[in-house]
Amino acid sequence: MALSDRLPLEAGKVGAVVGFAIPIWFTLFAINENIWNWLLFAQFRLDPTNPIVESIRFFVYDSIKIFLLLAGIIFVATVARSFMSIERTRALLGGKRAGLGNVAAAALGIVTPFCSCSAVPAFIGFVSAGIPVGVTMSFLIASPLINEIAIGLLWSLFGWEIALLYVAAGLTIAIVAGFVIGLMKPERWVESFVFETRIGGQIVDPSRGLSFRERVQMGVEETQSILRKVWIYVLVGIAIGAVIHGWAPADFFAAVAGPDNPFAVVIAVVMGIPLYSNAAGVMPIVEVLFTAGIPMGTLLAFMMAVVALSLPELVLLKRILKLPLLGIFVAVVASGIVVIGYSFNAIVGG
Amino acid sequence: MDIKILGPGCTNCVTLERITHEALAQLGIDATVGKVTDIQDIMAYGVMSTPGLVIDDVVVFSGRVPTPTRVRELITAAANPSA
Repeated sequence: MALSDRLPLEAGKVGAVVGFAIPIWFTLFAINENIWNWLLFAQFRLDPTNPIVESIRFFVYDSIKIFLLLAGIIFVATVARSFMSIERTRALLGGKRAGLGNVAAAALGIVTPFCSCSAVPAFIGFVSAGIPVGVTMSFLIASPLINEIAIGLLWSLFGWEIALLYVAAGLTIAIVAGFVIGLMKPERWVESFVFETRIGGQIVDPSRGLSFRERVQMGVEETQSILRKVWIYVLVGIAIGAVIHGWAPADFFAAVAGPDNPFAVVIAVVMGIPLYSNAAGVMPIVEVLFTAGIPMGTLLAFMMAVVALSLPELVLLKRILKLPLLGIFVAVVASGIVVIGYSFNAIVGG
Repeated sequence: MDIKILGPGCTNCVTLERITHEALAQLGIDATVGKVTDIQDIMAYGVMSTPGLVIDDVVVFSGRVPTPTRVRELITAAANPSA
């Protein structure tokens, strides 16, 4: 019996999303900036040059903009990704060798829905399908590093060129790092039980047998659940951003992380690793720091470090990877991010 | 009814366990709810994306935290196989 046979869906939800939510989304997005200018300056006659007024205007405008973008991006990404799963990626990568396998694994890492808490079973599942450890590492690096929310937000805030550069940069790190790790005979640094684990039962592929209605429903559920988790971080991020935006101590940021500080990217990465947040929480801060004059590469490096390297995931991976491989994993990803930060700054020109 | 939550102990698995207990209480269905945290045991069910929900040794859901409504539906469906 397929899952869809016995799951009655709330009737009309698909129709409501398509018929109402989408037009409302576009309308709100279109009028968001002007309505606040009209309300604050034309109606309340507030002084646009006052930093407090400007901070408030920025806060309401930016909150609505970021939440609209987040909702739209999460919904679209979830529906698109519902066609993929770890199980399916595993089948696609089965029998792939190093080289092409690393490229495929990194690319699949972007589109496969993956939570860091599944890192261990996914790793074992891949290895048991005969996928080399280096190829598996390409997947494990690409998956958190190239975040679909980050792609969407970068695209809408900074343009498609920056979003494309971000994807290309993340893919490069994942492919090269996985390939290099593969050359080091990494199997000796993987706990032996990983190779002994046999996958039993019938493998359940969550991406199969879903109707379009169910995929839309998943998109709605996922959007609600992520927004419920991150809204407070996003608001705090925007609030910090609004204060910086209103007062803009540009000299301070220029001195600490501006184009003239050669260590800016390294500082950004070192600061970003212990911080762990969703891409959604970092983005508002990134947006404001960019307008405050911090170069894009430095900000991307910070964001990638926050999103890609997290302590909870490392603790989980410790169960299957011995310290040398875990160390190499962190070192390779961190240095990859640093290199990308500097290259970005050199290309985009700050 | 025998329910098992598959997962290495992450937040999602704790959430799923709570939702399952709530669903059982609301439906008034008696069931044992166990946790499977050992990776090898999880893999033995063929589950690679946690959390997973197993009812009477059948994996009915994996890869995400299902909504409370869906958990109720899954439990009801398993309790009345003919429906």
